[in-house]
Amino acid sequence: MDARLAERFRQAAPPVDFCSLRYVRERSEYLAVRQDVFQPVATSEDMGAMLTVYAGGGMGYAATSDLSLSGLRRAAEQAHDWARLSARQSVVDFAQLIGAPPHGEYSSVERQPWPGVPLSEKIDLLRGECARLKIDDRIVDWETSLWYTEVDTLYLTADGGRVEQRFRYLVPMLSATANAGAETQTRTFGGRGFCRQGGLEVLEHVGFRTAAPRIAQEALQLLVAPNCPSGVMDVLLAPDQVILQVHESVGHPLELDRILGDERNYAGTSFVTPDMFGTYRYGSDLLNITFDPTNPEQFVSYGFDDDGQPARREYLIQNGILQRALGGRTSQIRAKVPGVANARASSWNRPPIDRMANINLEPGDASQEAMIAAVDRGIYMRTNCSWSIDDSRNKFQFGCEWGQLIEGGRLTTVVKNPNYRGISATFWRSLKMVGNRDTVEVMGTPNCGKGEPNQVMRTGHAAPACLFANVEVFGGE
Amino acid sequence: MQEYFYALADAITASLHGDEFYTCTFHAEDSDFVRFNRSAIRQAGSVTQRFLTLDLIHDRRHAAAEIALSGDFESDRARVSQLLNELREQLPYLPEDPHLLYATTVCSTVQQGESHLPDRAEAVAAVLAAGRGRDLVGIYAAGGIYAGFANVLGQRNWFESFTFNCDWSVYYQGDKAVKTSYAGFVWEPTVFARKVTEAAEQLEVLKRSPRIIPPGRYRVYLAPTALYDILEMLAWSGFGLKDHRTKQTTLLKMVEEGVHLHPAVTLRENTRDGVSPNFQAAGFIRPDQVTLIEAGVFHDCLVSPRSAKEYGVPTNGASNAEAPESVEMAAGDIARDDVLQRLDTGVYINNLWYLNYSDRSACRITGMTRFATFWVEGGIIQAPLSVMRFDETIYRLLGEHLLGLTAERDFILDPSTYHERSTGSSRLPGALVEQFNFTL
Repeated sequence: MDARLAERFRQAAPPVDFCSLRYVRERSEYLAVRQDVFQPVATSEDMGAMLTVYAGGGMGYAATSDLSLSGLRRAAEQAHDWARLSARQSVVDFAQLIGAPPHGEYSSVERQPWPGVPLSEKIDLLRGECARLKIDDRIVDWETSLWYTEVDTLYLTADGGRVEQRFRYLVPMLSATANAGAETQTRTFGGRGFCRQGGLEVLEHVGFRTAAPRIAQEALQLLVAPNCPSGVMDVLLAPDQVILQVHESVGHPLELDRILGDERNYAGTSFVTPDMFGTYRYGSDLLNITFDPTNPEQFVSYGFDDDGQPARREYLIQNGILQRALGGRTSQIRAKVPGVANARASSWNRPPIDRMANINLEPGDASQEAMIAAVDRGIYMRTNCSWSIDDSRNKFQFGCEWGQLIEGGRLTTVVKNPNYRGISATFWRSLKMVGNRDTVEVMGTPNCGKGEPNQVMRTGHAAPACLFANVEVFGGE
Repeated sequence: MQEYFYALADAITASLHGDEFYTCTFHAEDSDFVRFNRSAIRQAGSVTQRFLTLDLIHDRRHAAAEIALSGDFESDRARVSQLLNELREQLPYLPEDPHLLYATTVCSTVQQGESHLPDRAEAVAAVLAAGRGRDLVGIYAAGGIYAGFANVLGQRNWFESFTFNCDWSVYYQGDKAVKTSYAGFVWEPTVFARKVTEAAEQLEVLKRSPRIIPPGRYRVYLAPTALYDILEMLAWSGFGLKDHRTKQTTLLKMVEEGVHLHPAVTLRENTRDGVSPNFQAAGFIRPDQVTLIEAGVFHDCLVSPRSAKEYGVPTNGASNAEAPESVEMAAGDIARDDVLQRLDTGVYINNLWYLNYSDRSACRITGMTRFATFWVEGGIIQAPLSVMRFDETIYRLLGEHLLGLTAERDFILDPSTYHERSTGSSRLPGALVEQFNFTL
């Protein structure tokens, strides 16, 4: 297929300043057992290509699932038409974006390949874990699932560039919902946050086979728990909430296309401005954030972005100071600030835009016990279940599934509906302890929405537990 | 396109073995997407995509898969035939599905469309002209949307629609902007020009010094576009039968404790007056209307075939998500021209943003104001308001604190383009609310 596609592209590419083809084949399988009943298998196979043309300073694209020579020719003509239409009317002269043709490849490490395990074994696994969630009559809904995806991509440029990448993703999920009267509480396996690259070995790495009884028990505990108290206090966030805090109030604000204004009609802008890079104090000295596409087990590791730019690890924030933006080559040239290789598209039918990849909060040196012991009055919160932030990525409010009071340096009463709110620009400056490597979880978010036309994207995050001072905390009604 | 899909369905029917059954859905689009920033083109292109989902059923076992199609009939027929064999091989390894339900009464329908879309270059030129001398950002999306259903019994359903949706904002500075949309079937330059002019007039108000108010409870007017965001949240697990039976509905207090909304609140899924297909993936035809809330009291759930089988009730043609797609709220009695006067002193909110539940059992929703939000005194707009966070239960917002709804309603075409262009729509009034809780 690759050789035939490359030959067809060679024949279809028009004589323009630049032409590329980005082919994506994505195959996914979603297996679920709900209330001990195996749910219909959801399988999909998507395949298509986007042709991009730069001509006369303009840029156009056309995406098609018709990969025949005539289909590619038709798409190339459409893309060329759009490039002509946008010439001298675009936000940037695309002629200046043409770089050297890229070459390379990347492949996920998959130690226990999904296709190598019979369907019946996977169903049995899910049935077993699902049954272990139903520990009480008050558990009114319970479900477990595995979502496996293979993505193969090929990026070709008419001037000889070629990048081939092969990704394998697994997203495991468990949830238990407990009810009594008009009160319902749900506990999950980190939402869908325990998503990683790899095969079925991921299940062992994330503790999937031991989590079900704890999740169900915690749902029951929440059902009879008091509401989280209100007040200003210390908050210890578990990694499955820290990743969301990083995602929403560091990752998105640093996206260059937001800073450039591209997203102002939809996903929003940013409180970060280009002049802040290199000098702005984003957080306390303990805050170190990296863009790291190099960790093989992380959800969004890759060798090249969807514009063919090679990816490497970079500090975005170092010792609290803002260093670098999340912007691909196009945005870097437009904004004239340093960025990273993160022009990414959700599939063949959407153009690349600036997206997070693996955005990690680097571990510190505090143990979990030391952080708890350092709190006289505070809350420990686990597992995000509610997220909301303004269009400049400043005023946020987040909620978690699980809360537990910290009193006199000890974990005490379980509380339900823990929420907190703050302002990004000041919140990270209240970071007062960062967990060590023992507290780190490697996670991600499979469904991040952004862009016009809209795109759902995988993002990866690794983070330790973190302690913040003087946070506004509150509970439910 | 319709003949191509029907021919593929006929080919599947001809390839079945014995008493195998199948259902099949098709969705496709030919779309133009032109993205703008700072009154210039950011990205311009076209997307042609076709997807077919085949569910092969035998002895209560079934296996389904979605594949992308090329549009070339011969190669697609071969691919679908291969898919049928793959599903057939998978069936023996799958357990029986006790919740499987599909339509067995044939009800074929055809909803054909005709394209009156503007020339793409003319549309782009009109948007660029509207942005001249201004800071315009947004997207123009247009083209054909197609959907189909087929089964072995010979049921055939077809839907096609040719729409445009121009969704844009004009900015003054920072986050001070007016958001507008123009969507429909026929592009009327005079209508577009009027919307541009109206946005420009509102933008003038945004140039005044912004008002900053402390957190607290305020009288507010939620324009239909703001109420749309509230109802989008309620659509997320508010009305589905599965959510109700598993006690996960965020309207649990309405069904468990008999809590009511304001008597003026009547909410319906109105497929008849919407722009979505009237059929769903298992072949059931949707009724013209399903009343969700009647005079403040919870009325009916949306019931997918799967939930219908699981809980032993009739389906009303909902999709598996059991979420409204063509929602409408009954009009009230406040004339839109009187809104500012009735608001008197408070906040006029055109748009909300990034809503989420902060307490699901209490149906408490948090979110932000966005775009043109104004401080009003004595019925006169005084100044733009800096963005504010709210956190409020639906029972106060559309219950004890609701003062009334407008007599006029807006028809809002969903601009969403995740995976494909949406066919969702809403018909909503504006809402006058007292003691609306701003928290940050």
